[in-house]
Amino acid sequence: MEAVVDLHDAVVLLGRFPALAGVTVTIGAGELVVLRGPNGAGKTTLLRLCAGLLPRVRGSATVLGLDTEHGARALARRVGLLGHRNGLYEDLTARENMRFWGRAIGASRDEQNAALAALGIEGRLAEVAVGRLSAGQRRRTALAVLAARRPELWLLDEPHTGLDTDGRDRLDGLLRAAVTAGATVLLASHDLDRAAGLATRTLTLVGGRVAGDEPAAVPPAKGGGPC
Amino acid sequence: MLRAALLVAGKDLRIEWRSKVGIVQVLPFAMAVLVLFAFALDGNRSTLRDVTPGLAWIAMLLSLLLGVQRAFGPETADGALDALRLSGLEPSGVFLGKAAALAAQLLALGMLLGIGVALFYGPDAPGVGGWVVLVTTVVVATTGLAAVGTLYGALSAGIRVRDTLLPILVLPVVMPVLIAATRAVEASLGIGAELTDAWPWVGLLAVFTLAYTALGLLAFGPLLEET
Repeated sequence: MEAVVDLHDAVVLLGRFPALAGVTVTIGAGELVVLRGPNGAGKTTLLRLCAGLLPRVRGSATVLGLDTEHGARALARRVGLLGHRNGLYEDLTARENMRFWGRAIGASRDEQNAALAALGIEGRLAEVAVGRLSAGQRRRTALAVLAARRPELWLLDEPHTGLDTDGRDRLDGLLRAAVTAGATVLLASHDLDRAAGLATRTLTLVGGRVAGDEPAAVPPAKGGGPC
Repeated sequence: MLRAALLVAGKDLRIEWRSKVGIVQVLPFAMAVLVLFAFALDGNRSTLRDVTPGLAWIAMLLSLLLGVQRAFGPETADGALDALRLSGLEPSGVFLGKAAALAAQLLALGMLLGIGVALFYGPDAPGVGGWVVLVTTVVVATTGLAAVGTLYGALSAGIRVRDTLLPILVLPVVMPVLIAATRAVEASLGIGAELTDAWPWVGLLAVFTLAYTALGLLAFGPLLEET
C-alpha cells in the first residue's frame, strides 16, 4: 500500500516543549485513521505537521511524497485541514465564504453548491452571515469548504464537536465517501464511539509519542454518503 | 498572482463594507483627532492653516493603525490565516490584494479627511497645479502606507500582543512618509514653499512605496509561514 503519511522519529517543538517527541508512523492510501489520546498528547500538532504548517527539529516527515517543510507549498494544495477553529470570515455569509475559498482552491460553482447542500447549508441559511450562525452551522460550513476542496488527505481535529446528530451523520457519510473515492483521513477525536464506527485503524498518542497502533475491531461500513 | 490579489482585495472590501467599521469607527476617530488638534491649538486659524498638512497626515497615520488591525482581525479571529496558507494562493498575490484593499480604504478616508480639514482648519484652496501635486501625493503616500501596514500587519498577526506592538513597529517606519507627504502638501497649498518644491518629496514617497511594495511581495510568504 502506498504511504500517504510517513513520519520517522519526528520531533516538533512548541516553544521549548516537545509536542511531538519522536513519532514514527506510516499511513497508507485509503485508510481512515482515528487519533486518540489525552489532552496535550500531540494530536493537533501531528495534524498540523502533516499539513506542512509546523517545522520539525528532528526526524523526517513525508506526506503525499512531499517533505512537509521543503514541499509545503505543493502539499498545501493537496491536503485539507479542519482544526479547532473553522477558518471562516464572520462578516461574510456561508455562501460568500464558500465562494471565496472555492475560487481560491479552484472548485467549480457546482462543486461549491453540492458541498454546501451535502452539509445542509442551503436556502436562506446560506445567505446568513457566519457570525450569526450557531456553532454547529459554522462547523458544517467549514466542513463544506473542506469537502469542496476534495483533498487527497483529510486532516480533521475534533470535527464532530458542535454538530448535532444529523450533522455528525452527514460528516460520517462524507468521510466514508471520501475514503471510497481514494482519499485518506486522519481524524483526532475524543468521541470514541462515533470514531470507532469510522476507523480502519486507531493510533493512540501519549506525551507526544505513539503509545498504541491497532486496526479497527470491526471494519467500518463502506461507501455511501451525502456528498 | 493577479487572480489571488483580486480575490483577496474583493473579499477584504466586502468584509469592510459589511462590518462598516471604517465608517462608524475609523472615520469618526480620524475626525476626532482633527478636532482635538484644533482645540489644542486654541482655534487660532492662522496657526491651524500653517500646520494643516502635518496634522492631517498624523490623523491619517493613526487611522492607518486601526485599518491594519481591521485588515488582519478577520484573518486571525477564526483561524483563516491557516486556511490562507493551505489555499494555494500565491502569498505575493495575497499581499497585493490586502494592500490594495487597505489603500482603497485609506484613499476614501483621505478624501473625507480632506473635507474635514477644509471645514475645521480653512486652508486656502490650491490652484490646478496644486491639486495635481495634492492628489498625486495622497495616492502615492497612501499606497506606501498600505504596503507598510500590510507587511507589519502580517508580521504581528500571530502575536498575542499585536494591538500594542503594531504602533511601535509601524510608526517609526512611516516617519519618512509623514515628513515627505507633509512637505509635498505644504508646497501644494503654498504654505512656506513653492509648488516645484513638492516634486522631490513626491519622488521620495514613490521610492518608499516601491521599496515597501517590493519588500512585501518578497517577504509576505515567509511571514505568513511564521504566524
